[in-house]
Amino acid sequence: MKSSPKKHRKKFVAAIAARVCMYLSLLAVFAFAIAIIWAVIRRGWQCITWEMVTSLPGGGFYIGKSGGFLNAIVGSIYIVGASTILGLIISIPAVFYLNVYLKKTSKLAYVARLAYDVLFGVPSIVYGAFAFTLMIAVGMRTSLLGGIITTTLLIIPIMIRSMDEVVKNVPDELYEASYALGSTRLETVKLVIRQILSGIATATLLSVGRAIGDAAGVMFTAGFSDSIPTSLTQQTATLPLSIFFQLSAPQVEVQERAYAAAFVLTIIVLIISLLGRFLTNKFSKHKI
Amino acid sequence: MTLFVKRLAKSENGFTKEEFSMFKHENEDSSGLYCEKLNVSINGNHILKDVSLKIPKNKITCIVGPSGCGKSTLLKTFNRIIDMTEGVKISGKIMLGSENIADMSFNDLTEIRRRIGLVPQRPCPLPMSIYDNIAYGCRIHGITKRKDLNKIVVHYLNEVGLWNEVRNRLQTPATGLSIGQQQRLCLARSIAVEPEIILADEATSALDPVSSKIVEDLFVRLKEDYTIVMVTHTLRQALRIADYAIFIYMGKVVEEGPAKEVFENPQNELTKNYLLGVFS
Repeated sequence: MKSSPKKHRKKFVAAIAARVCMYLSLLAVFAFAIAIIWAVIRRGWQCITWEMVTSLPGGGFYIGKSGGFLNAIVGSIYIVGASTILGLIISIPAVFYLNVYLKKTSKLAYVARLAYDVLFGVPSIVYGAFAFTLMIAVGMRTSLLGGIITTTLLIIPIMIRSMDEVVKNVPDELYEASYALGSTRLETVKLVIRQILSGIATATLLSVGRAIGDAAGVMFTAGFSDSIPTSLTQQTATLPLSIFFQLSAPQVEVQERAYAAAFVLTIIVLIISLLGRFLTNKFSKHKI
Repeated sequence: MTLFVKRLAKSENGFTKEEFSMFKHENEDSSGLYCEKLNVSINGNHILKDVSLKIPKNKITCIVGPSGCGKSTLLKTFNRIIDMTEGVKISGKIMLGSENIADMSFNDLTEIRRRIGLVPQRPCPLPMSIYDNIAYGCRIHGITKRKDLNKIVVHYLNEVGLWNEVRNRLQTPATGLSIGQQQRLCLARSIAVEPEIILADEATSALDPVSSKIVEDLFVRLKEDYTIVMVTHTLRQALRIADYAIFIYMGKVVEEGPAKEVFENPQNELTKNYLLGVFS
């Protein structure tokens, strides 16, 4: 059957229009990202010094005197590193329980997924306030541990829902092949983990991105300190809060320093992303 | 893992054919597979109705029938992989030796599934190297020494005629193999855990004619050591390789018997019509 020239032209125009829309959407996102990164790099690069990333804030750092924000860099790394590990330890079993042990039509799985979706959208300040209330109830003070727990709670829904979508797409044939060899459910889970390593890496990167950039969640729970914490019960600074305090300062030079901290934050995220992608490619070469 | 693999691992050059047959299932009660009054329903849909049949040992049994008649369901019920489908209800008996597979809990099924291997319709290599695809089953059943695994991998890749094709790339991803090679790898993976029975669900339907012929020939060769149950949609294939045939129509066994008799002199009108191509 041959379509008429008019119909053919209409199809052609629709295809071009769709392509232009896609291109514009991509360009809009890309332009925003570049604009933000460029602003951070341009302004951060101008005022960053080696001293800033290697020293602790001296007296009066936040009113323009010398020092650095090493405390915030280390604090952020501590919180993000620990909460990512804790998050993975909790999320991976939860995802596999939803997908391997529960039936697809399970009401528990439905309710759990709904709950994670809701939690996904809850603002981090609410997590902070919730964790703060709990901390008061158990007599705990603002500390590194408080920050780690709050950030873990914040990223768990992100991890679970991102991994859940990946596990859902694992072909049934893989489960069938594993069970047919006499594997137990746990052995099958281990096999599926090999298949979804790239998905786990993506979920981890998303979570790290959210955790490292979050200020509100840790504001009430981790507190702020000019020194590097040496135990879980000590308060700790984080980069987003350090940026916030510097931007809130009335002195222009202190505000400019905030961009130096933001620059460091961007570089850390970039390094983690590149490392994540490198490891993902390395470990997913056997993926079916 | 059973005695055979342990001995195979210890022997220097693998086993001869005679030793293979002698040791293979010496510690297992291998009195064959049969089912009685087997009923399977999925979400209230009655798929298999009072199926009673016996699978002859060391023969190729072909299950034939029109699309949707329940032949794949029957095959997947034998090792209870059908349990992966939601809403399945099984009643009746599926006996392997003295054990009723139909009544077993999920945990007990792991050993039964080792004894009843499955070759899928589309090859599904595990997300690991060619070597690990074969070694995986042995590892989960307790063989972990590299030296033992090496012998097993070589032995079973040889069994399916894949050794010479992959010997230089054992550590590369299994997904790099052609579809035909992948299917032979899946077969080698299945037999590496020493099943007594191999279930093949239209195992050649996704393959090109050359690969299909290779896999078919393999089944014919393997029947000396294994009982093979095949579901096939291709009557010509069933005619070529089946020793025993079962014709299923709308969830019921219409006719069964030696393949020659069923295909050349069918007793039932439905079988005759199916063979004549009146319906498919």
